[in-house]
Amino acid sequence: MIDQTTLEKVLATASAAGADFAEVFAEDRTATSAMLDDGRVEELSSSRDRGAGIRVVVGETTGFAHTADLSEGSLLAAAATAAAGARAAGPGSRVQALDRVDAPNPSVVSTYPEEIDKATKVALLRRAEDAARAEDSSVTQVSARYADSRRRIQVANTDGVLATDDQVRTLFSVSTVATGDTGMQTGRESMGHTVGFELFDTHDVADLASRAARRAITKLGARPAPSGEMTVVIGPGGGGVMFHEACGHGLEADLVGKGASVFAGRIGEQVASPLVTLVDDGTMPGEWGAGAIDDEGRPRRRNVLIENGILVDYMWDGLRAREKGRPSSGNGRRQSYAHLPMVRMTNTYLLGGESDPADIVADTESGVYVAHLGGGQVNTATGDFVFGMTEAYLIEGGRITEPIREGNLIGNGPAVLTRIDAVGNDFAMGSPGTCGKDGQGVAVGDGVPTLRAHGLTIGGTAA
Amino acid sequence: MGDGLPRPTEDLSELVAMAERLLDGAAGEEIEVVLSRGASTSVEVHDGEVESFTSAGSAAAGVRVLSEGRLGFASCGTLDPEVLRETVAEARDNCRFSEADEHNAIGRPDGVAPVKQVSWFPEVLELGARDKVERAIELERQVIGTDPRVGSARSTSYDDGWGESVVVSTTGIRAESRGTTCSVGTQPLANADGETQIGWGYDVARRPDELDDSRVVRESVERATKLLGAGKPPSARMAILLEPRLAVTLLGVVTGMLSAESVQKGRSPFADRVGETIAAPVLGLVDDPTRSESLGAEEFDGEGLACRANPLISAGVLQGFLYDSTSASRSGVSSTASAVRSTRSIPGPGAQLLVMEPGDRSRDELLAGIGLGLAVESFAGLHSGVNPVSGDFSVGANGLLIRDGQLAEPVQEITIASSIQRLLLDISAVGGDFEWLPSGSGGASMVIDGVAVSGT
Repeated sequence: MIDQTTLEKVLATASAAGADFAEVFAEDRTATSAMLDDGRVEELSSSRDRGAGIRVVVGETTGFAHTADLSEGSLLAAAATAAAGARAAGPGSRVQALDRVDAPNPSVVSTYPEEIDKATKVALLRRAEDAARAEDSSVTQVSARYADSRRRIQVANTDGVLATDDQVRTLFSVSTVATGDTGMQTGRESMGHTVGFELFDTHDVADLASRAARRAITKLGARPAPSGEMTVVIGPGGGGVMFHEACGHGLEADLVGKGASVFAGRIGEQVASPLVTLVDDGTMPGEWGAGAIDDEGRPRRRNVLIENGILVDYMWDGLRAREKGRPSSGNGRRQSYAHLPMVRMTNTYLLGGESDPADIVADTESGVYVAHLGGGQVNTATGDFVFGMTEAYLIEGGRITEPIREGNLIGNGPAVLTRIDAVGNDFAMGSPGTCGKDGQGVAVGDGVPTLRAHGLTIGGTAA
Repeated sequence: MGDGLPRPTEDLSELVAMAERLLDGAAGEEIEVVLSRGASTSVEVHDGEVESFTSAGSAAAGVRVLSEGRLGFASCGTLDPEVLRETVAEARDNCRFSEADEHNAIGRPDGVAPVKQVSWFPEVLELGARDKVERAIELERQVIGTDPRVGSARSTSYDDGWGESVVVSTTGIRAESRGTTCSVGTQPLANADGETQIGWGYDVARRPDELDDSRVVRESVERATKLLGAGKPPSARMAILLEPRLAVTLLGVVTGMLSAESVQKGRSPFADRVGETIAAPVLGLVDDPTRSESLGAEEFDGEGLACRANPLISAGVLQGFLYDSTSASRSGVSSTASAVRSTRSIPGPGAQLLVMEPGDRSRDELLAGIGLGLAVESFAGLHSGVNPVSGDFSVGANGLLIRDGQLAEPVQEITIASSIQRLLLDISAVGGDFEWLPSGSGGASMVIDGVAVSGT
């Protein structure tokens, strides 16, 4: 994107007035999407973004400027603006010679999205709609969305890092509405991987659409969720978002450093049930949060955060790691060249255990089985969370019985970690997600095996 | 503004001309071009030091092409002429693969004159970097000095910027808008007995001297400290008291169900209910972007039509839905100029500036009338917990209990369950404490009776 000579000039300008660190991050991103709704393929949409962000760090202060113009003149002007923002005023600092970081992308792409014609992408939407409607005549509305993106990034900094990555993502989602005696119920399913169009060689959108339709149909016959404190069993792949939101954020070094985390100062302590091992892994091939490097040019890693219940480490970006004199954990990410990087998760999951999932349910006298959690909200300072249950059932006498609908799962992340008393051997990754933090969205994955926790609150609408 | 940032032009004629050049060469098709540009700075401070100082210029273009009933869209993050031409070509190519719909439409001039808004205050551009930094540091100092339980803030910031945009089309649309904005915000952390709560507060204005920093300090510290020591109440039916901000938030969820697109696609519980009572008679609600007192006032909607007042609910009776050009064509009505979009997105109908009709009782009088209730501080999961199709409602909440007309102990990890339809009918009072909120909306406090609140 930017040649090495220009990168060196820009870094020299950025650090000319004295800087502890300077960085150029360049990005070229293309994306397409197509939507089918109400029986029609509506608009197709394409987007193109290219630009660079320049960061200069002096002491505790970061100056940042970005530009959509990658010409040398514009990059040098942005470098000077960023240096002024950091109030750099001192002798020039030395720039390390750039040395290419060799980090392979864990995901292998065989068919780049731009090689597939738009008609083929649109045909997938039709296939999904037909499959969803074929499930049952109660399915009254179907919408389906196809989206792909290709993001090429380049990072160079005064530590001598020069790194590139080519990140391809392909996503498909289906939403359905079923209509019956209890009114209208909705169902949604999505799949996304850091691969190209070959995704659809192994994953049939018709299966995805059928599952979305069945989720809505099942809720037609569901009764309103009860309310109160209960034992909850979470199904494989269905509840990773809870650990991402209510535990993962509290393990981000920037929040920890500001006292905005319940896990601050607790390294080495037992913070969870001994059954819990929590991992963040940016190297999982094909998973939504995977890549070769983070957005600071550091190779992605697999980082164990909680091991057998003991808090082992937080997640780090370059800035926070530099302050502590330790290596980054490869968790410095940003939404785009127009955003500053910060500590972000990649693929966050709870490792599988030894229990047979059938035994976990059979051992539960009464409670709720959550097959799938939807969106939610969390207070990172306290770990309090609320998630919608998009597919859930009652457990009565050790058996999964009736479906329930319209309930929230409410609790506290750190408290849930200590109340997990069974972990299944059926680990599965969940749906692709977008994690929002301070106004920036990045792609993340999550996963869990079947697990059971006591004392969660279900907020339902049953009288 | 820092050095090296783009400066606004004297007027928007250059941007209009750039957009109009893209319309040349339209053959048997309609084209709509939206171009925008601007610049912003952002200062974040922590512990009395600047944590980051960001300066940035931005530009964007969005192009819709409508050909034989087929719509295509493309966008880019630059105004580079070469990329703009490619973007038009891409939107045209996208047309070929979508399906024809006789109702697909882009905006057409309808003769309604825009209500003039004054939203350009160049003094925002003159404020020096040092002044911005000092303002943020002073705000943080005051936040930390207000209450002994507040020892730090997660971040405190000052932001400002300007933006300008134009919408032009082969159908005769030509709309220009520009504005300046600035804001301050903070997130104090309060600690007591090993428990931490996080608060927040912000204010937005067209120019720096209109920002109310002392209100931000007061409200953010109050939000951080009021929930310390919160427990879970026993489950019960009770009244909930919503301050203006939350009343508008709840009505915003309702308004999403009044988008003509939701109605036409069979996804609104209020389809076919125009002229019927859907709420208590105390409720009046209008979507009115022409209100100059509001920070959200606009002259044009996302398709370049003049904004206008659209009554949604009057004395509890549903007045109508919100339409953009396509949904209006489908229903055989005129657009209500309710196209909502960013430059980079396809427009759709939605609310732009909600204004509640105030009642006549003060907030204290509303409180005094509640025997057992909950003064809600925040809802959690309002988007995941409301089914926009059925109206079923189950969200998390925290706040202060109300006993015999007095605010009592804090509570958290509770849920409120009902349906949107039920909540609207159970509104028992709207306060006279009308205010324009930093979000731009105009709201008043609201009491809803007999809501199922579950805790333990």
